[in-house]
Amino acid sequence: MIKIPGEKLIWMYKTMLKIRHFEDKIHRLFLEGNMPGTIHLYQGQEAVAAGVCANLERSDVITSTHRPHGHALAKGVAIKSLMAELFARSTGCCGGKGGSMHVGDPDVGMIPAIAIVGGGIPVATGIALAFKFQKSKRVAVSFFGDGACNEGSFHESLNMGAIWNLPVIYVCENNLYGASTSIRVAVKIRDLAERASSYGIPGVVVDGNEAISVYQATSKAVERARGGQGPTLIECKTYRRGGHSRSDACNYRDKEEEKMWLTRDPVVILRERLTKDGILTPEDSKQMEKEIEEELTQAIHFAENSPWPKPEEALEQVWA
Amino acid sequence: MRKLTIAEALREAIAEEMRRDEKVFCIGEDIGIEGGFGGAFTVTLGLSDEFGHERILDTPISELGTTGIAVGAALMGMRPIADLQYGDFIFLAMDQLINNATKLRYMSGGKLKVPMVMRIPVGASLRGAQHAQSVESYLVHAAGLKVVCPSTAYDAKGLLKTAVRDDNPVMVFEHKLLYGAKGRKEGMDARGEVPPEEYLIPFGVAKVVREGGDVTIVATLRMVYEAILAAEELKRASISVEIIDPRTLVPFDWETLFNSLKKTGRLVIVHEDNLTGGWGAEVAARVADEAIDLLDAPIKRVCSYDTPVPFSPPMENFWVPGRERIVKTVKELFSS
Repeated sequence: MIKIPGEKLIWMYKTMLKIRHFEDKIHRLFLEGNMPGTIHLYQGQEAVAAGVCANLERSDVITSTHRPHGHALAKGVAIKSLMAELFARSTGCCGGKGGSMHVGDPDVGMIPAIAIVGGGIPVATGIALAFKFQKSKRVAVSFFGDGACNEGSFHESLNMGAIWNLPVIYVCENNLYGASTSIRVAVKIRDLAERASSYGIPGVVVDGNEAISVYQATSKAVERARGGQGPTLIECKTYRRGGHSRSDACNYRDKEEEKMWLTRDPVVILRERLTKDGILTPEDSKQMEKEIEEELTQAIHFAENSPWPKPEEALEQVWA
Repeated sequence: MRKLTIAEALREAIAEEMRRDEKVFCIGEDIGIEGGFGGAFTVTLGLSDEFGHERILDTPISELGTTGIAVGAALMGMRPIADLQYGDFIFLAMDQLINNATKLRYMSGGKLKVPMVMRIPVGASLRGAQHAQSVESYLVHAAGLKVVCPSTAYDAKGLLKTAVRDDNPVMVFEHKLLYGAKGRKEGMDARGEVPPEEYLIPFGVAKVVREGGDVTIVATLRMVYEAILAAEELKRASISVEIIDPRTLVPFDWETLFNSLKKTGRLVIVHEDNLTGGWGAEVAARVADEAIDLLDAPIKRVCSYDTPVPFSPPMENFWVPGRERIVKTVKELFSS
């Protein structure tokens, strides 16, 4: 076990808290009709984004999915520009050309999120190939869900990442459902990480609601990747606290299963752990929440008062 | 001056660009294997001797993954040249091309670019329905891809070099029967003079292959050669044919086409791809929309039929547009 510095633990906690508050706020704004488009929220999976990204440098690059807000916040996309993108304004991180499913900011190492299931896995692998060519110590991380593991892109990419020993970490967030389809009817194996063995790379299963476990597994994987030893597949078992998308009441989920997972709130788990270890006091946590709420209020104000893109801007930025 | 085949010209273009810029690399199936083929059509043969197996990177048979990897590497400043062996295999790679290569720049609000090249062999060549399709039109339709169709060795070299230096995804279509063409079919000799000194050919500049005053034929790849044969025959019937090879379908040189129509007033578009929804339909629509006044006759298209590519030679020859159909179509324009 690697000893995690206190400041990292605090960073992870604060990041998770930020994601939780951000998503709760977005959900409300969305239901109130203040936000166009659709949303896929990340509550319940915060420990994955925070635990992974706590190991990354700004220059490392991630790819994300249709559920990208948590990854964006953890990788350092500015909260104002993220909010403005969700409000479809020209000040958004993609200038209004992305929206919820495509948020990202290459300046902080996040490619616009790729909302085709599995579509980011080859891209992350190619990014890692570039890093290898460039003899750089940077790594690529691909976040994807359990559903992506049944796409051909998963197989092709992990295989090529493996044969070329690329500096890439494949992070599967197994929230047990691909939209409404249970992982139990989608695969016959117990752990998706088992698939790593068919590519000759390490496959690790971690409790995705335990930020510290996610951090530990990622730390090892990043060290391997930076050391030229190739990729790792990390399966983080986790759970959505809400529906797949905006209008999903989750009628397909077993109520007992839901209850069990919802009591295992990753934010609470880390808070209790840090409090017990004397790294965090309840007052610290309250103070953080207060600061985050203020930051969110400012971000919403910024977004709502930002200009809409000009219609003709739709024609720009197709070609370099 | 020395003559090269298209395969040789492409190989020389790749080698020059790889020497010039260490960010350029090739990725694909069977491209650098010792004792192998240098890709399906010898274009990369021998390049791994000079550049090594890291920069002539052989992949497993994984078209989707390879294309996505090219996209990812391009995002980080590399300049991949990907080779999928047969145009028909592009359908395996479509998600990465259409959803990522053309959109990541746009979705990033202009912060990213995807400077990648895909080399895509097309054309019916007695290989049946799944190694024969001409797939240019699918990619012409995808906003964000440049589409290049060289018909000569000179153009192949100059256009591929431009493609490698372009900051956008560029699809380079190569016709299988033209690679090493030395009279495999009548009139089809794509070998040509290629100067040893460096040159680039800009995109969006059509070539007037043959000047004439009565009818304009627009054709690419192998169809350029069929059009030349047809023009010879039509000359005997006192019909003077102007042949335009656009060389790049995206961007398209409308100016050269419209200037030709000012002279001829008649347009025949020839492509090996299916008729329906082919790039010829777009050319016809644009001309009808913007230059109908220049026309003295209906726009005609000579294309393959809307069926799979047949295998048996009599059927394949019937299916691929050739001299006879072009001649017949042109003559109809003058019969009324």
